[in-house]
Amino acid sequence: MEGRLARIGLRIWVGGVLLFLFVPIGIICFYAFNSSNVQSWPIHGLSVKWFSVAWHDPQVRAAFLLSLRAAIFATVVALLLGSAAAFGVHRFRFFGREAVSLLLVLPLSLPGIITGIALNSAFNFAGIGLSLLTIIIGHATFCIVVVYNNVLARLRRVSGSVNEAAADLGAHGLFLFRTVTLPMLSTAVISGALLAFALSFDEVIVTTFTAGAQNTLPLWVFGAIRLGQDLPEVNVVVVGVLLLTVVPVIAAARLTGGGGITRGSAAGPRISGG
Amino acid sequence: MGVRLDADHRVKGGRSVTSTMPREGRPAPDRPSPGMAGRGSARISAALWRRTWLRATLTLSPPLAWFLVIYLASLLVMLVTAFWSVNPFTNALEHTWTLANFRELFTGTYLSIIGRTIAMAAIVTVTDAVLAFPVAYYMARIATQRGRQLLFTAVLLPLWASYIARVYAWIVILQKDGTLSWFFDKIGVGPVNIGYSNVAMWLVFSYIWLPFMIAPIYAALERIPDSLLEASGDLGARNWRTVRSVLLPLALPGFAAGSIFTFSLTLGDFITPLLVGGANSNFIGNVIYANIGTANNLPFAAALAIVPIVIMICYLLGARAAGAFRSM
Repeated sequence: MEGRLARIGLRIWVGGVLLFLFVPIGIICFYAFNSSNVQSWPIHGLSVKWFSVAWHDPQVRAAFLLSLRAAIFATVVALLLGSAAAFGVHRFRFFGREAVSLLLVLPLSLPGIITGIALNSAFNFAGIGLSLLTIIIGHATFCIVVVYNNVLARLRRVSGSVNEAAADLGAHGLFLFRTVTLPMLSTAVISGALLAFALSFDEVIVTTFTAGAQNTLPLWVFGAIRLGQDLPEVNVVVVGVLLLTVVPVIAAARLTGGGGITRGSAAGPRISGG
Repeated sequence: MGVRLDADHRVKGGRSVTSTMPREGRPAPDRPSPGMAGRGSARISAALWRRTWLRATLTLSPPLAWFLVIYLASLLVMLVTAFWSVNPFTNALEHTWTLANFRELFTGTYLSIIGRTIAMAAIVTVTDAVLAFPVAYYMARIATQRGRQLLFTAVLLPLWASYIARVYAWIVILQKDGTLSWFFDKIGVGPVNIGYSNVAMWLVFSYIWLPFMIAPIYAALERIPDSLLEASGDLGARNWRTVRSVLLPLALPGFAAGSIFTFSLTLGDFITPLLVGGANSNFIGNVIYANIGTANNLPFAAALAIVPIVIMICYLLGARAAGAFRSM
């Protein structure tokens, strides 16, 4: 229905939006190679020296290890509980099912600061000191949602008739689950876990209220930017965080044909099914 | 075999498509399944198989326990904390009921902060809707299957790419000797300095939440059958008229779904106001943050955190009226 001119206009618009989305990311990657410790543009020269400075900075290293540990544990919790939740909500009919599925997506639809303050109040009330464990609890709460969304979307897409056919052929119980259901879900589960890892590794807002005096890598970056200190190192660390979030997401997108990386919506756009 | 499948289909037709698993009334095959590890596990598995409620309980209770005991309980503690106070001398939390925190919320200072935050969230939402619609339209209606898939990934990738990295990128771009100023200087406009201002925040928020808006609008547009647009054309509507009278109303649920995210996330963000905002950039998020950190007033922070929840409940009720949840 659209004329030639409209098509050209739309192409230009799409190109502009893509530039808007990617130019800042490109610029920040470029800054990591800035040889000077002055931040102005254009950068004065190229160098990789700040990579080595950041790598050998004990604060950065400690923060990196903390982030890594938090992300791994949170991902494991999310993997188990998120898949179980998706499976249960999809398979069983029970009283309050709608309320449960609403509750499960709440941590990603409400601003992170609410989860943060709520957990902070609760830990304060229960007299639980802030530690790695509280960081993991905070992260797992929203990571569960990511795995849940991914697995639920897949469950809705694969038809129940495959399971029925397998049952007719004599497979049942755990055997059916292990040999038929799980293989159909595996890429959705894995991509959910990858996204959960990416989300956890990079999280600042909930972490601010659950970490106390500890520094995760994004918290270290946040602190350094606020104080205006160590900015050449920030340039490098930020690109590292960027890579550690983007690589898992690209892998997740490949596993699910692109449809699996919508955030916050259970039934993502049907991309490959047409 | 064929007969059995047919019978199965007839049975299935009467039930909802997804509730096919528990097959009560049909005995489980009594011979052990091939590859089954041992008799014990087979028996447990068969017992589980027959008791749907048991399987449902075993599957759902761990995640539900997590959400009830950790998430929901925490939200309740936060709600209760909002009615407590802090001893001004010892800084200790006092568990005595008071409405003082809420009374303070309704003073001029905080009402203007809340108003400013809502205004920012609204402007960001509108900006993203305007930027997103043509992109979503192109993806849904013009791009080839392959191009659509690439665009979809390209649009959603920045959403997952490190949040703090993307905010930092804009600090670098908008700073006094930054990329933007350099660019405007080169094209003859002269250096600009919009860093650390509400304009900078508007830009950064719009940038960060944009993919949240594109995805649901695309999903809504993709669902519109071509025949509707052809019919509109046949009835004499020009292109623009079709967009305005057919496409936009049908895409409304997508706009509403996207706006839930752009609006809600802007309401509660404190990183962007702290890092990109200027001296006058007090928003709900960074005031909550200040009350946890320097002021150490958890009850007031909790009271303030209830504000976005209330705003979002109102917003969600409005969005539901617009049919937003059909495309979520």
